[in-house]
Amino acid sequence: MLGQTWKTALMRPQVAALAAVLLINWSLFPGFFDITWQDGRLFGSLIDVLNRGAPVAILAIGMTAVIATKGVDLSVGAVMAIAGAVAAVMVTHGYGAIVSVSAALLAGLICGLWNGVLVAVLDMQPIIATLILMVAGRGLAQLVTEGSIVTFTDPILIFIGTGAFLGMPMPVVIGVGLMIGATVLVRKTALGLLIEAVGVNRSAARFAGIQSTALILMVYAFTGLCAALAGIIVAGDIRGADANNAGLWLELDAILAVVIGGTSLMGGRFSIPLSVLGAMIIQAMNTGILISGFSPQFNLVVKSGVIILILVLQSPLASSWVDRRRAARMAHSQRTPS
Amino acid sequence: MNRSLRPLMATTAIFVFAYLAAVLQYPAMFSTRVLGNFLTDNAFLGIAAVGMTFVILSGGIDLSVGAVIGFTTVLNATLIMWAGLHPALAFSISLIVAASFGAVMGAAIHYLRVPAFIVTLAGMFLARGAASVLSPDSIGIKHDVYTAISKSYILLPGGGRLTVIGLVMVAVFVVGSIVAHRTRFGSYVYALGGNETSAALMGVNVARTTIGIYTLSSTLAGLAGIVFSLYTSAGYSLSATGVELDAIAAVVIGGTLLTGGYGFIAGTFIGVMLQGLVQTYIVFDGSLSSWWTKIVIGGLLFMFILLQRLVFRASATGRRD
Repeated sequence: MLGQTWKTALMRPQVAALAAVLLINWSLFPGFFDITWQDGRLFGSLIDVLNRGAPVAILAIGMTAVIATKGVDLSVGAVMAIAGAVAAVMVTHGYGAIVSVSAALLAGLICGLWNGVLVAVLDMQPIIATLILMVAGRGLAQLVTEGSIVTFTDPILIFIGTGAFLGMPMPVVIGVGLMIGATVLVRKTALGLLIEAVGVNRSAARFAGIQSTALILMVYAFTGLCAALAGIIVAGDIRGADANNAGLWLELDAILAVVIGGTSLMGGRFSIPLSVLGAMIIQAMNTGILISGFSPQFNLVVKSGVIILILVLQSPLASSWVDRRRAARMAHSQRTPS
Repeated sequence: MNRSLRPLMATTAIFVFAYLAAVLQYPAMFSTRVLGNFLTDNAFLGIAAVGMTFVILSGGIDLSVGAVIGFTTVLNATLIMWAGLHPALAFSISLIVAASFGAVMGAAIHYLRVPAFIVTLAGMFLARGAASVLSPDSIGIKHDVYTAISKSYILLPGGGRLTVIGLVMVAVFVVGSIVAHRTRFGSYVYALGGNETSAALMGVNVARTTIGIYTLSSTLAGLAGIVFSLYTSAGYSLSATGVELDAIAAVVIGGTLLTGGYGFIAGTFIGVMLQGLVQTYIVFDGSLSSWWTKIVIGGLLFMFILLQRLVFRASATGRRD
């Protein structure tokens, strides 16, 4: 049974896509798969892809839950900036790293709850509700940092961004931990089913006795928490909080990762591990473009090409074409015996 | 008073009160100079916001406008400075490119049945990417026509300057209002925003209207890009980032319903002016930092969406009685 699910999991088009991207990278740069052990941690392009992709993967985990409820969260980039700013400012004001990180996570949670209240209680469209924080959030982050880039030297905070645990970079460890934790939570309890029910039809879910308001609040709060975690990692990585640029455009990468992972923007069926895989595909493409010597500007063009391809493949037009072909084949095979 | 004009009146009243409060504190703000600069400094935003109003009226969203503005500035700059074309020809080429870009997005939204925000998101990546592939660096534009346009203005009493680009914005708003409220296309847009299925059943050509709406939005974004390149005399692939959000904010603050089907082009004008007022106030104050603009605009956005909900909930219960 378990072997069966593993086999179907490996048959996913996302796995093939990731393999294809990695192979292209390898053909461009023969040392792509080389991994070395140095100073008690792993080094190599592959590890680099995992490490650089971790913040988007963490955002994508939260984004998957939101999109599964037929929502979207445009504010995650701004929330990253807020959380990074809170952590950096508190640590430079002499608070301990644990307190600062907790405060940053709390800030993310509050931001998420704010979005959740707008969507679930005030019944706003998710794009617009989260747009408010996307616009105002960077202003808030700059308010916290007072407009400057706050740098810090706290070893624990820097360890979160650049350290290593069992040879793996810390962001990867955090990302994998979050992915496993979230997947177990939604798949071993009824939570995942409830989220899908709300995403498919919120009123039907409510009539079925699901507390949709509380559920949506919780999902947005979780996304805020994920964004804060990503923000702390990015701040630790550059040893400072940049309110203007931290997490800029990452909300779009996170949405793209979820879409590549096959979660429909119309809500319903979702998969957290596939979204993480989507984030890795994006990062592998970024790295590939960089090592192939093209200017990073091609990133955006390639990304838009990927979105267009996925949209065409996911569109009803394509599936109706497949259905028609299948129906034609069925009709043909039925006609032949008679 | 016509009940449907209520949100528009609310926005206008808030603008007037905010302006009066600002004038009481800084009497210098009440001058034609400041008013003229309102128009000039926000010309590109206003033009893009007119297109955004049509999109939001139809129940859609266009995230690509900022990127199209950036792309157009670069395209203009390369055509004029590198290819040596006359600006008039460069402007026409830019507008045609922007229009076809919008048409393709509209077709994708209609025929592929994907949410507008994801199609225009792809469009945003594509336009920004294409712009930086054309030239990652800023290109200065030096041409007699550019100098002539930026030097010509109408002098208002009190020393204010009504510049060409300010006038272009006002003209776009006037034409936009006429198209929205007095043409068949305009009523189709409203019908689509009200309910797409009923609109189709009433005989609205949904495909043609959707493509038309996004073509219009991108064309106006292209025009905004031309205006932006006149304003800055340069083409830069990263210019006008986030303008789509400012445009959406202007539309919403102007009283247009985000679910589509209700709103006024004139309201968007007030929305743009209100944003200009916030920025000018912060400049006048001097002690407030620029990030307050974002926070205040976010706050205004929240307030107006809340107001819309209250007004429409009230009118909905009124209808039921």
